Amino acid sequence: MTEPTDIGNSLAVTSRRRFLREGGVLVGGVVVAGGLSGSAASAATKDAGNLPPNVPEWMKTPGDPMGSQLYGTPSPFEKDVVKNIPKNLPQYLSASGRTPLQDLDGIITPNGLFYERHHGGVPTIDPAQHRLILHGLVDKPLIFTMEDIRRFPSESHIYFLECSGNPSYKRPYGKTASDLVGLLSCAEWTGVSLKLVLQEAGLQPGAKWVVAEGADAAALTRSIPIDKCLDDAMLVYSQNGERLRPQQGYPLRLLLPGFEGNMSIKWLRRLRVAAEPTYSREETSKYTDLMPDGSAREFTFYMEAKSIITRPSGGQRLSAPGFQEISGIAWSGRGKIRRVDVSVDNGNSWQEAQLQEPVLPRALTRFRLPWQWNGQAAVIQSRATDETGYVQPTLSELLAVRGDNYFYHNNAIWPWRIAAGGEVSNANA
Amino acid sequence: MPMRELYIGAFTAFALACAAPAQAQSPYGIGRAATPAEIAGWNIDIDRDGNNLPPGSGSVSHGHEVFDQQCAVCHGAKGEGGLGDQLVGGQGTLATPKPVRTVGSYWPYAPTLFDYIRRAMPQNAPESLSNDDVYAVSAYILNLNGLLPGDATLDAMTLAAIKMPNRGMFVSDPRPDVKNPACMTGC
Repeated sequence: MTEPTDIGNSLAVTSRRRFLREGGVLVGGVVVAGGLSGSAASAATKDAGNLPPNVPEWMKTPGDPMGSQLYGTPSPFEKDVVKNIPKNLPQYLSASGRTPLQDLDGIITPNGLFYERHHGGVPTIDPAQHRLILHGLVDKPLIFTMEDIRRFPSESHIYFLECSGNPSYKRPYGKTASDLVGLLSCAEWTGVSLKLVLQEAGLQPGAKWVVAEGADAAALTRSIPIDKCLDDAMLVYSQNGERLRPQQGYPLRLLLPGFEGNMSIKWLRRLRVAAEPTYSREETSKYTDLMPDGSAREFTFYMEAKSIITRPSGGQRLSAPGFQEISGIAWSGRGKIRRVDVSVDNGNSWQEAQLQEPVLPRALTRFRLPWQWNGQAAVIQSRATDETGYVQPTLSELLAVRGDNYFYHNNAIWPWRIAAGGEVSNANA
Repeated sequence: MPMRELYIGAFTAFALACAAPAQAQSPYGIGRAATPAEIAGWNIDIDRDGNNLPPGSGSVSHGHEVFDQQCAVCHGAKGEGGLGDQLVGGQGTLATPKPVRTVGSYWPYAPTLFDYIRRAMPQNAPESLSNDDVYAVSAYILNLNGLLPGDATLDAMTLAAIKMPNRGMFVSDPRPDVKNPACMTGC
């Protein structure tokens, strides 16, 4: 262990002890993420000595010195803003963890809170020993090191990534925005256009698909149409400015903007150019959509337009009648969000929300609507329209066509019920 | 731009064009040629027709032994499921309110079974079974589903020849399939 790390650790311990000691003052107080409720109530139970007109104690002594954290972490007061991991799963090697959407602002998901889905655990890969092989219907099969990949011209784009099953069509429905659609995140990705890498090997006639494979214990494999590979597909090595996290495919992943998340193969080790899909287990027995008549849709790649109000949303509480900003996120795998409508009267009428710039294709778009809550019970919901003119459907509209065995690609409108007391809950639950 | 530079530029472009062999040059010259041995060692893809299935074979009875040792703890003694997916049964349930998707009821292609077991199973030690064992355990799972006789042995040819019951039930993506009229008032 290096000396700076030792210093960092000892300072971190000091810092934690101080927090634990001062945390005692907070016993009985309620930490409320999002600050929607209880600010006055919790302040009353805290030590008023830090409030005006007194000088707060954190101004009377120096704070943590430079180097206390060699890699910065959130304030200890944000300790509850973490990934939402389902409890009591039969196993956690093939499982998913959700982004706490209701606790985040803007459109970029912090790397530590990016949703996770893996099928054979998270491998620990030494980038010096990682290789990407490109073979099949190419003039020259190639093998690349990570240094090679980073020599290609780079590009950066902001794209969302969403798990295909987010959420299920069947009850019970989740309580919070994260429970419902937390298998969704958005980041700035940096890497190389897959098109450049394919051109390096030279595509042969008949090249219609690229079969991608991960270097995880599931050797996860999916087939991608060549049109997507030559369009906006990327080989990504960095996310939000830093190298990919292991959970996101370190050191190299595929990124297919707008397509269901499992196709953006992580820990990418192999690309085979082929005339046909491989029809792997993941694109036949999984990630296919079962219809009421027993037929199943296959190769359902796109994540269609969708939105959700994240504030106020399930599990939160409005503290008092009066001004409340309604805020949420909208996205479409088919391009840009054109508009978002919001209803505050149980779907009887809708008004257009303001879209926060930048509005980017296949990225999250933040929307807002100023609202005066009159203190009465209400149902609020949002409805996205994308640049193709497609309008986000209701759950009943989806169920009428697809039935509830469909499982994947549920992009329904999710209404929130606000009780007269301010409690917010899932109106479909 | 001075004429001299134009000439040099034109000459350079001409020289590069002449130097290019019949096969397209790599634009960036990044990476090196992958050897056939490197590709063969990593290419574990088996497509729906069974292309790239390896030599070897395995019987239903040997598959029963392998299954008991390697698979039953998660998938149940008879493939009824547990920590792992249910592998057996469910035929005739796909159009009911409680569809049971198994190898027998849902999987459209038999060679995919070999592909998946070899690449990902058993979950605690993937790619640890011999090819013969993978053929055998594939045979046993197909036998449990009534798709292979108890005295059968599978190899590349016989596995690829199996027609799965649900093969014809997959359709392409018709979306957008749901239309919201986007009512604004009096909805």
